[in-house]
Amino acid sequence: MTRRIIHHPVLDRIDETDTVSFTFDNKKYKALRDESLAAALLANGIRTLRHHEEFGTPRGIYCNIGHCFECRVTVDGVQGVRACLTPIQEGMDVTSGDKLLTSVRDWRANNE
Amino acid sequence: MSKVIIIGAGPAGLSAAITIAENGLNVLVIDEYMKPGGRLLGQLYEEPNGNWWNGIKESQNLFDKAVSTGVEIKLQTPVSNIEESNGIWNVYTEDEVYTTSHLLLATGAAEAPLPIPGWTLPGVMSVGAAQVMTNVHRVKPGERGVIVGVNVLSSAIAMELKLAGIDVAAITLPKMNMVTKESGNPLDVMNSLLHVSHMAPSAFVKMGSKLMKNDFLKRMGITFFPKNGVKMWDIPIMLRKAVVEIYGESQVEGVTIATISPSGDIIPGTEENIAADFVCIAGGLYPLAELAAVAGCPFYHVEELGGYVPLHNERMETVLEGLYVAGNITGIEGAKVAISQGVTAGLAIVNSTDGGKQEAKLNDSIKAIEETRNKAYIQFHPDVKAGKQKLQNYWNEHWKAVVSQ
Ligand SMILES: Cc1cc2nc3c(=O)[nH]c(=O)nc-3n(C[C@H](O)[C@H](O)[C@H](O)COP(=O)(O)OP(=O)(O)OC[C@H]3O[C@@H](n4cnc5c(N)ncnc54)[C@H](O)[C@@H]3O)c2cc1C
Ligand code: FES
Repeated sequence: MTRRIIHHPVLDRIDETDTVSFTFDNKKYKALRDESLAAALLANGIRTLRHHEEFGTPRGIYCNIGHCFECRVTVDGVQGVRACLTPIQEGMDVTSGDKLLTSVRDWRANNE
Repeated sequence: MSKVIIIGAGPAGLSAAITIAENGLNVLVIDEYMKPGGRLLGQLYEEPNGNWWNGIKESQNLFDKAVSTGVEIKLQTPVSNIEESNGIWNVYTEDEVYTTSHLLLATGAAEAPLPIPGWTLPGVMSVGAAQVMTNVHRVKPGERGVIVGVNVLSSAIAMELKLAGIDVAAITLPKMNMVTKESGNPLDVMNSLLHVSHMAPSAFVKMGSKLMKNDFLKRMGITFFPKNGVKMWDIPIMLRKAVVEIYGESQVEGVTIATISPSGDIIPGTEENIAADFVCIAGGLYPLAELAAVAGCPFYHVEELGGYVPLHNERMETVLEGLYVAGNITGIEGAKVAISQGVTAGLAIVNSTDGGKQEAKLNDSIKAIEETRNKAYIQFHPDVKAGKQKLQNYWNEHWKAVVSQ
């Protein structure tokens, strides 16, 4: 079952033949040329783009237009890239942001 | 003179750019998004004359026209700051600092969130995000969604989702709390809904809007509003229920709703679950005016315009020399009004460089904004004109105070 809306009663049909490949967390996926990274991931069924830096809870896109910064991922080694504003490119290496260490707080929780 | 710089390639920014370029000046438009068109891109609705307002086509037309008149457009370039020194505006982007004597801010609007429990789960997104995914990127936000927040935008987008073959299980209210106060109160929502009733094929909503001209009748309307809602485009609109929580393990699995009293309080024991794989939050729009704030523009809160707006006059001039505003940064309205405002801002800029030769055209363009507003199909606030008048009064007071100092 495709998540893409190929035919639309009012809008033009989209061309699904022109594809590029990219990786997300080391797995290979296909995307349509020039679509946003956020759209490419969603079309592949991926909704969790990162885990909250402090709490580790899963996060996905929220605004889809660059305002909320919820969709931050690492692209070809550059951190904090907004997936909703980034056009996909052939061979892009994308990784999700992970929970950061909160050693002091964890230590406190266990020791106080 | 230096190039005019416009921040924002939405309908306001592009139409201003075209107007300026047609008058022989150089223009640079900067935008952070991947495509030109701003929030016009996602728009799709049938006008009363049967024509479709297709945001992708309208954006393409504006873009083509801008390019053919010689406008330079730089996409994928966020502007982080602007600053004036010695009559020159510095525009800061990651790679470069641009300078200009005439700067137009056309940064549009943003969506207000409604923080309800579970709203950070993957699969929860703003209603505008679902619009852009569906109409611009052509990827389904999910198979079955619930929209939380009943307003003009969420009603329009619900219809767009249906059009693309996506199931919308319900449009309903958020549970009332300090933040969601107005959007969680059925009476307030009913008030605002009366102004979209012309878009609703549902006889109930249409008839309702005529009946409910006074508060008492409105309260009756809420009290007798069927618990399971009325249907618009076959989607139940539930004003007697509210979302208490969005649930799911690692992504959205559904929402818990409960019946509410006419004043918005939850009736205990009425909770039930609706399965859904995505949830749209519709908290309403507000002007995106951060850059005007860092520049030092005075701001006024005008409810009818959607929030805090930078002080400006009908020529789209701010109180700061060389700084102009157009489009939704001046108040929340539809794209056609934004286009008209862009023309006015463009003419005002040209006028200030050619010794006032554009006066007549400028006055006509101000009238044209008014006409576009009167004919607007979508009105985000019924009293937008009163809001504009308030701002004009603030403008007059501001200059009176300056003169008397
Ligand atoms: C999510 C959403 C959905 C909407 N849907 C509808 C609808 O269905 N129907 C309707 O009539 N109206 C809708 N609107 C209202 C919409 O704002 C207007 O119709 C119209 O698009 C406003 O035009 P504009 O040119 O003022 O701003 P916009 O169209 O918003 O364009 C502003 C542009 O500025 C850019 N920008 C902003 N800040 C910066 C920065 N710091 N640096 C670089 N670029 C920047 C943005 O990327 C954007 O492209 C919607 C608004 C939003 C926010
Ligand atoms: S989803 Fe909000 S910035 Fe990308």
